[in-house]
Amino acid sequence: MKTTRRDFLKVAGVTALGMAAGAGSALANSKGAYLPHYEHMAPGHQHLTAKRWGMVIDTRAFHGEEDFAPLIEACHKEHNVPHLPGKQEVKWLWTDSFHASFPHNHQEFLAERVHHSRYLLLCNHCDNPPCVRVCPTKATFKREDGIVMMDMHRCIGCRFCMAGCPYGSRSFNFQDPRPFIAEENPVYPTRMKGVVEKCTFCTERLAEGKMPACVEASEGKIVFGDLGDPDSEIRHILAENFTLRRKPDLGTSPSVFYII
Amino acid sequence: MYDGGKIIAGLIVFLGIVGFPFWYNAGSAGYKTPELKLPPKSKATECIEATEWMRAEHMQLLNTWRDSVVREGNLEYTTASGSHVEMSLQKSCMDCHDSKKDFCDKCHTAAAVEPYCWDCHIAPKEEK
Repeated sequence: MKTTRRDFLKVAGVTALGMAAGAGSALANSKGAYLPHYEHMAPGHQHLTAKRWGMVIDTRAFHGEEDFAPLIEACHKEHNVPHLPGKQEVKWLWTDSFHASFPHNHQEFLAERVHHSRYLLLCNHCDNPPCVRVCPTKATFKREDGIVMMDMHRCIGCRFCMAGCPYGSRSFNFQDPRPFIAEENPVYPTRMKGVVEKCTFCTERLAEGKMPACVEASEGKIVFGDLGDPDSEIRHILAENFTLRRKPDLGTSPSVFYII
Repeated sequence: MYDGGKIIAGLIVFLGIVGFPFWYNAGSAGYKTPELKLPPKSKATECIEATEWMRAEHMQLLNTWRDSVVREGNLEYTTASGSHVEMSLQKSCMDCHDSKKDFCDKCHTAAAVEPYCWDCHIAPKEEK
């Protein structure tokens, strides 16, 4: 049989239509099959929000290690922080002397009280965080509410962030931390060998509408709030009290303030 | 053919080695989906997504949940039937599916996959 040009074009047209219809339905199917819908995910209805979270620590209210201990214990218990002695120590919340905490304050004839006090230290959740800049995998990132957060799933343990952080706020897991956790908190993960960890301003508690663990345990000695809101309690406290920040001249703009 | 005997013997040995996986497994039973121990109905009242879909896609769901919670600060997932669950492996998934050994490990062992979830996440205590 001889095919005319007319017949050929008819068959070609129908074939093209059929193929288009098939491809269209296959595309629609593949779209429908993938279900984890982003629009079906939302923050908890009680979650706390802020423009920039910050903390004020009233150092006048702390008189010794026994005042710090319950805060550190609350934090480390909640987050499954291992207790390791020596150089492989892992810490989220710890204390140090005035000269170690504020080394750029070269105060001659420093007040005795200030000189002998210990200071509660933690990640400063800097407004301009150097750890975020140096992280090659974006495992460390700054959230919209100012919290410098870590995605442990992405951390490759390169420790650039530890070199970048001028406050020593980051700890590396040189070994599996599990054997060094006295009592595991079953609702929070641990870490594994080869990742860096630090304080997260208790993002998991803020998501549930609760204050950070150390703030709750401090019974008012630490105030946590929104630095971006001029009418917030924390801003009023900052307006009424003289405060220090750690190494402010480095330009990292820490969000943790100390009333001296 | 020169050295025909040696060549044929060599070929038989060669085919025997190459075909090892086939003749070694011939006659043994084929792969069966392991029977999972489902949580008791009293505890688990509803599935967040259809079983068939979860079987194929739970790893994508977990990855999506992970990014949503850690990076976007989300907490709640709306299930197929419209109810809300907290996006948490330890708090939600393993609350109903309370045995890693009888639920996760059965398929993962049969399929020879080793997900690294449990390097950090804490599995529920197994009842002996």
